[in-house]
Amino acid sequence: MHADPKGILTGVHFLDGDHACCEGTLAAGARFAAGYPITPSTEVVERFAARIPTVGGLFIQMEDELAASIAIQGAVWGGAKAFTVTSGPGFSLMMEHIGYAAITETPCVFVNVQRGGPSTGLPTLPAQADMMQARWGSHGDYGIIALCPNSPQECFDLTITGFNLSEEFRVPVMMMLDECVGHMTEKVIIPEADAIDVTPRRYTKRTPQEFRLFEPQADQVPDMVRAGEGYRFHVTGLTHDERGYPSMNVETQDRLVRRLQDKLKPMANGRALCDTADLDDAEVVVVSYGITSRVAQRAIKLARQQGVRAGKFRLISAWPFPAGRIAALAGRIKAFVVPELNLGQMVTEVERATAGRCKVVPVSHAGGSVHNPDVILKAIVEAAR
Amino acid sequence: MNEATLEIPCEIPAGARNPVEPFLRMDRMPHIWCPGCGIGTTVNCFTRALLGSKANLDKVAIVSGIGCTGRVAGYAALDSFHTTHGRAIPFATGLKLSNPELQVVVYSGDGDLFAIGGNHFIHAARRNMDLKVICVNNLTYAMTGGQTGPATPTQVISATAPYGVFEPSFNLVQLAEAAGATYVARWTTYHVKQLSRSMEEVLAKKGFCFIEVLSPCPTLYQRRNKMGDGLDAMKFYKQVSKIRNGAPTSECALTKAGEIVVGKFVDRDRPDYLELLRAQMTETLGDRYVEPEVVCSC
Ligand SMILES: Cc1ncc(C[n+]2csc(CCOP(=O)(O)OP(=O)(O)O)c2C)c(N)n1
Ligand code: SF4
Ligand SMILES: [Mg+2]
Repeated sequence: MHADPKGILTGVHFLDGDHACCEGTLAAGARFAAGYPITPSTEVVERFAARIPTVGGLFIQMEDELAASIAIQGAVWGGAKAFTVTSGPGFSLMMEHIGYAAITETPCVFVNVQRGGPSTGLPTLPAQADMMQARWGSHGDYGIIALCPNSPQECFDLTITGFNLSEEFRVPVMMMLDECVGHMTEKVIIPEADAIDVTPRRYTKRTPQEFRLFEPQADQVPDMVRAGEGYRFHVTGLTHDERGYPSMNVETQDRLVRRLQDKLKPMANGRALCDTADLDDAEVVVVSYGITSRVAQRAIKLARQQGVRAGKFRLISAWPFPAGRIAALAGRIKAFVVPELNLGQMVTEVERATAGRCKVVPVSHAGGSVHNPDVILKAIVEAAR
Repeated sequence: MNEATLEIPCEIPAGARNPVEPFLRMDRMPHIWCPGCGIGTTVNCFTRALLGSKANLDKVAIVSGIGCTGRVAGYAALDSFHTTHGRAIPFATGLKLSNPELQVVVYSGDGDLFAIGGNHFIHAARRNMDLKVICVNNLTYAMTGGQTGPATPTQVISATAPYGVFEPSFNLVQLAEAAGATYVARWTTYHVKQLSRSMEEVLAKKGFCFIEVLSPCPTLYQRRNKMGDGLDAMKFYKQVSKIRNGAPTSECALTKAGEIVVGKFVDRDRPDYLELLRAQMTETLGDRYVEPEVVCSC
């Protein structure tokens, strides 16, 4: 369905990534946000706090990130589309509730504007070091979706996509910005409301008597309800059966946990969001995401000028990881070059998918600035030898 | 409340049903609580209060954290949420704000609400969030085996204080009052009528309301402290409780064997969070302010 025009600032704007992300949440239909201030992410909710009283919704500044990350889930079960925003240390605190959202299949969005870590690390400087935490940070097995915008425009567009995917698959979606993307200011075009697609929540059509809260539909995703409608449903973070009742046995655990991962299979390959170029004749493919993909772009161009056939593979959806597409390339290229602002995170996924069929060259960086494109260029040229 | 429903017939006529059944998920019985445990008694009182309040049960939601008490949500035939340890209050905050017509009740244990969740408790009280918080205080972390909690009195033996607790404990009612609660009461599971009445009162009251219920845990707390079984706990409560409505909460601290002051201590009015928000926004934004419509239109 089309977006609700109430929250949409149609027009051409000059916005930073954090503000564009905020506009994306409003366009996606989010009317509830809870947050706790932390650099470099706070601008998202500061703008939301300024905008929402004239749109018709609520922002609440909670007492910590544990509170913010569960308040949004209360709001979702009350019927809202909701999100929270944080960075490094706050993201660490939210982990338990990412697991809660996963097992209760609560659609919601976590925006993480990454900074250098570990711990307080580099509060004002960029990193991409939470990529594994986004995927594996909460205990147990589950699946999530993570999107990596590389510009303010994408902060707007992909935030809408993120909300839509969270409704479709009923998973927490992580918006993995970084300090650079969050704070860079560029042109952002916000379309008319009727040019923006939003995915409505899939509420059940069944009566309370027929309805079972966690009964998977054909796509393995259960239909939803909200509180106050007479369904008298039960939601628990314990392992539960299709009725939503706790069920402490191996069979229920197996059925539930496998489904939490399997329901995301379409996102792993067929529907993975990837931005590719020059792959047809490529001998070296640069796999990158977020701000690093913009630095890599320059390195790829310089490599081509030097006669090295370099190609681009940008992960827009980093999780689920598009292993099949990487594997398909591995058989016909010399090497993947993987620059990232961490000491090697997504590169391990590239290695896994490649399974030794070509070289995989990490270009690591501990964070605090972006790469020098020459470093990536050097890696491409050497990999092509 | 309906006193007649509290009469227990000597002979149960054929086909008779317990009047609390419609409030419970009977398909989940038997429950997990031990014989002599007080949690079920508090739930019984809660169902009586719901019955008495004539609330539309479709619009009452219950939110629990983790613990023996945390399981209450799972047995209530309401929209019910068993959340994470300590976080029932912030979950309930989101639920209430997104759907203000819901009456949101938080039902959890002393450890859940005042150790890991203590920060949320004081902040929700400060904001005067319209939540009804019922704390089953069994003076211990029961679910995990009877360890020391923030409400465990000194001298008590616990699983993690085998030589006796020496840390001072919280006085929960004083804490609630200081943080801003509009209604504060304490009862024990011996005081079923008063407890039901208090619960019914908070269901009719706006703002952050707090009821502490002292409740026996024979399996872990009493056994370790040679305090007998569930019945002994009732005798103990009867013996040492003193009803002092309106007592200053600062005089209501609990000790291992001393007097238990019970009663309604605080009943005051303060504008709640949503009222404060609306007042501020209308003052500063005037006609530009749009009432929150958080529930997604899609
Ligand atoms: C984050 C986290 N830490 C610890 C636990 C283990 N845990 C479960 S219940 C509980 C204590 C509950 O005590 P209380 O709230 O008093 O409830 P009771 O069982 O006494 O009713 C603890 C520590 C947990 N589930 N989650
Ligand atoms: S362990 Fe204690 S609190 Fe838990 S059910 Fe048994 S008696 Fe009740
Ligand atoms: Mg307890």
